[in-house]
Amino acid sequence: MRCRQIVMLGAAVGTMLLASACSVQPWVKPYERDRLADPIMAWDRDAISSAYLDHIRESREGSRGATGGAGGGCGCN
Amino acid sequence: MRSTSSLLKRCAMAAIVVASTAFAAGGDASGPAPSFTLTTLAGQPSGLSAYKGQVVMVNFWATWCGPCQQEMPLLDQMYKKYKPAGFTLIGVNVDKDAPPVKQLLERKPVSFPVLLDPANQVSKAYHVDEMPSSVIIDRKGQIRYIHRGYKPGDENDYQDRIRQLIRE
Amino acid sequence: MIAALLLVRSTSADVLPDNRADVFWSKYSGGGMDITGYSATARAKITENFAVEANYFVDKVSGASVDVLSQASVIKDERKQKSGTLEYLHDKTTYTASYTSSVERDYISETASFSLSQDMFGDLTTVTLGFANTHNTVGINSGTANKPDVSWVGHALTRAYSGGVSQIITKNFIAGVNLQVITDAGYLANPYREIRYLDPTKTIGYTLANQVYPDTHTSTAVQVQGKYYLPYRAAITALYRYYNDTWGVIGNTYELDYTHPIRNRWIFEGRVRYYKQNAASFYSDLFPFVDSQNFTARDQNLAALNNTTVGAKVTYAFLPDGWKVFKRGTVTFDASRIRFNYQDFRNIKNFGVAQGFGPGSEPLYNFNANVFQVFVSVYF
Repeated sequence: MRCRQIVMLGAAVGTMLLASACSVQPWVKPYERDRLADPIMAWDRDAISSAYLDHIRESREGSRGATGGAGGGCGCN
Repeated sequence: MRSTSSLLKRCAMAAIVVASTAFAAGGDASGPAPSFTLTTLAGQPSGLSAYKGQVVMVNFWATWCGPCQQEMPLLDQMYKKYKPAGFTLIGVNVDKDAPPVKQLLERKPVSFPVLLDPANQVSKAYHVDEMPSSVIIDRKGQIRYIHRGYKPGDENDYQDRIRQLIRE
Repeated sequence: MIAALLLVRSTSADVLPDNRADVFWSKYSGGGMDITGYSATARAKITENFAVEANYFVDKVSGASVDVLSQASVIKDERKQKSGTLEYLHDKTTYTASYTSSVERDYISETASFSLSQDMFGDLTTVTLGFANTHNTVGINSGTANKPDVSWVGHALTRAYSGGVSQIITKNFIAGVNLQVITDAGYLANPYREIRYLDPTKTIGYTLANQVYPDTHTSTAVQVQGKYYLPYRAAITALYRYYNDTWGVIGNTYELDYTHPIRNRWIFEGRVRYYKQNAASFYSDLFPFVDSQNFTARDQNLAALNNTTVGAKVTYAFLPDGWKVFKRGTVTFDASRIRFNYQDFRNIKNFGVAQGFGPGSEPLYNFNANVFQVFVSVYF
């Protein structure tokens, strides 16, 4: 019951974002990404270390999943 | 229900149009190149008007941008090669602070002029929507080509365009 | 008895990350267990659009944890894990495929996973979708550490579906939300752990018996996180994860991180994490009599527990500006201390009738664990 509500809420938010994104321009320009490009702003500087800590927690807790992050950075191509 | 699906359809079409133009690495562009005056690292004022009558490539770069660093030595080579034929490359740096720019250029110097745009006025005027961006301007001061991003091999593209405009 | 990793770690989809190699050492000690790990990882771009990564990890386990009662001898085991990843970047989409195999004397786990990461909306938004399929083979060692006698008791299949959105909110602030649904089927219990039920005919007051787990399990986890750039050059991260599953476990995770660099040479990081969960519906520390429920478990991972972690990490760049082919070289030390508290799991290994504790009144279990990591990373 909870799971279905969460997924429906996610779909609703996603649709709203998509609909609103079409009329809005990106508000952070590529030349304004100096701070986001700083290595300290990466979600995960050392994947090998975070993976190890996640592994320790999953072995000793009843929870699992949804860890990690993507995106950010310099946005260069 | 109908209005939502038609809204989504319009949005999807808009997204496709935007995407098809945005994803192109390089595109022909038009219009007069906005003039600008910025300062060099040494504090001297300089701008586009100093290179009137030449083919100019304005390259927007930053110290925090990986692909920008990658293309710098190739841009330097290109500048040295085509300068005698009436070509100039202006490196417009968008960093907020000058010290990292100074440090980087001390370690990896370039011979083309570098101007500082910390307030991003020139970036805004040229509608920079990708880092790095290179705008190629002809002898008459018209924007002819905008190249977005950098991938190894793109320098061949730049050279083709520059040669074409030099011959005009 | 450790499950293979199901997470797919992805990065920004505009350029593939720099080439990198790491050599890693880790040590976990707590709750009677000592685990030393060694690992080597390397990733390289074959072309501008295509990269490969390989990782090798060895864990050496020794010790006797509090819940392993029927084995008199100390556990000594080794786990070897190998994984390979391929990454392909096209325009603003990154496709990742990876395979991981983890082998221990009494547990084999193989995972194949695939994910897709798409940058959109001026590179402000990144959407990620992933799928992972894991097959586990579970065994039990009825011999000793030095003279093992392993028999295979079952298989389990796990499927993980994940989705995530990362959004740049301002020049200083990035936020994200992840959702992961995991379903498993098959033999899902830890064969070494046992339940106990009241038995007045025994001197100790209880009898041990095998756990009986459901053969299916579905879980949902949602994590929200944000990272903010402080004006003097530092970053602060906050995250919250909500977890629930069909076994009745609800878990809440809260974490706060602070990262403070010093110019190009040092990065200091501090973290605090709090985790709390309630017990699974079929869990009990002490069942009233034999076969009192359809499903029974006394695995401490399913007990009502909380834990608090305090950690610190220091990274020093011994090659801040590169040297020859190396762009950068760093060495990192990471230390965490975790305090585990159980609300309904008792320490029956060290306490019982002989010490004056009747069944069900032994002290609740708690322990501290120290986790150390040291690794050297070179970028080229």
